[in-house]
Amino acid sequence: MLMPDALSSETVVEVRDLTRRFGDLVAVDQVSLTVGRSEIFGLMGPNGAGKSTLIRMLTTLLPPTSGAATVAGYDVVRQPAEVRRQLGYVPQLLSADGSLTGYENLLLSARLYGIPRKERAERIARALARMDLAGAANHLVAHYSGGMIRRLEIAQSLLHRPKVLFLDEPTVGLDPAAREIVWHRLLDLRESFQTTMIVTTHRMDEIDEYCHRVALIDRGRIVATGTPAELKAGIGPGATLDDVFIRLVGAHDDHETEGEYGAVRRERRAAQKHG
Amino acid sequence: MQFAANAAPPRNMADLAVRRAIALYAAQTWGVAAAEIQKLAHDPLELVTRAVQPVLWLLLFGEVMAQIRGVAPGNLRYLDFLAAGILAQSCLFVAIFYGISAIWERDLGVLQRYLVSPAPRSALVMGKALSAGVRALSQAVIVYLLAVILHVGIRFNPLAMIGVVGVIILGSALFSTFSLIIACIVKTRERFMGIGQVLTMPVFFASNAIYPLSLMPAWLRAISRANPLTYEVDALRDLMLAAGRTEYGLLADFGILLGATLMLTAIAGRMYGRMGF
Repeated sequence: MLMPDALSSETVVEVRDLTRRFGDLVAVDQVSLTVGRSEIFGLMGPNGAGKSTLIRMLTTLLPPTSGAATVAGYDVVRQPAEVRRQLGYVPQLLSADGSLTGYENLLLSARLYGIPRKERAERIARALARMDLAGAANHLVAHYSGGMIRRLEIAQSLLHRPKVLFLDEPTVGLDPAAREIVWHRLLDLRESFQTTMIVTTHRMDEIDEYCHRVALIDRGRIVATGTPAELKAGIGPGATLDDVFIRLVGAHDDHETEGEYGAVRRERRAAQKHG
Repeated sequence: MQFAANAAPPRNMADLAVRRAIALYAAQTWGVAAAEIQKLAHDPLELVTRAVQPVLWLLLFGEVMAQIRGVAPGNLRYLDFLAAGILAQSCLFVAIFYGISAIWERDLGVLQRYLVSPAPRSALVMGKALSAGVRALSQAVIVYLLAVILHVGIRFNPLAMIGVVGVIILGSALFSTFSLIIACIVKTRERFMGIGQVLTMPVFFASNAIYPLSLMPAWLRAISRANPLTYEVDALRDLMLAAGRTEYGLLADFGILLGATLMLTAIAGRMYGRMGF
């Protein structure tokens, strides 16, 4: 039996000098980090800092300009198909299809991930039960609440039992009760399967409570990394993560980035749908 | 896949691996198509609203044009001639919609979910293409009903009707994949709307859908000969109508449709991933 907080030293995600440019803009600038098995790793930083771009490179959606990264030992550029088999991804946007039922969404995932026909029904039923969605399995997702949609998305990204789960703002637009349910389900999964999780969030309280380590990203670079306690201690006694954020990133919100208008629009639309 | 567990072991492991890979590819393709069919089952109203266009073409355009003699070749009535063309046209319009739907899925986030899965991009594209074919089949039912009401001489031979199903699925797969490629290039709905309109009309008018190639000036005839829709319509005229005859031969029609579909699927498979950027 693994202790709930036992972190093994096995490296699951390794990032070396990863860089992505969009024209003149350097969205991710020589980022390096390692994340171990069953670790919950937080990514925080202002809008447009490069968190989502970093995740899109690690999930093989976007090729890096330079640098390298491995997920579960596979190279994201040279072995994208193997990487995809090892990861689950809950994007900031909606990934569950509203015009299908919860069950149909999971069936689609099961087929895409090549889960053998004999195992499909059982795995889907278990995933639904685990996420408290068994009763709503045959309802259209368009009628789900924001919290239910998130839990369904977690279920569909876990059917194939990935080694690493990427979550891009998993609790955006959710009320406190729904947020807590989502996090408790995630902790549950980690305990059962030792799933590594990489999570972006704007909520300092979530980082404090749930992340083992966190990287603060600003303008594409990692400006600090460590446990939440270490980051706070680095600022001074009694400091909060808000203080860390403000001290290290500053109050600049005047940087122009490519496509942030679109990102904000999508984010708000996603938040609206989830809420 | 079943045989591996209880039957004699296959001749070699490579054989088994290939069979597994094909079965997986088929399951992934079918998964995408099945999801689209389930969506259709939840909201079938879309099919009814889509039926308006072929009805208008056959009833208004068809009845007027039927007054002009010598448009349709041989002893074919114009309405018979038009019915096959309108069937191909309504399948074309169903298929062209797939590009917008891909952009819609991208904006929503559903597309990213497809792209992070281990399914090969070409399987995703084929799944979408297959579902376009199924959607288009519902159009065929409507056009057939209408054709019977208008006394079009339908060929009710079961083999020929299976052929019609094949042509519709292939033709719809072809044009939905074409539409997907356009979507991968333009990436926004606004731009697609503009380009979609600009492309659909020439594909339709530079074909034998509503008039024969023999009436066209040479330059337009050359374009129409290069247009896959011409071969889709040609095959449909032969298989759908009692009095219709193929001009290019069914083998050529099917060969061209299949070849173009496979080529476009290969291209779309390469481009589909770029939608995730």
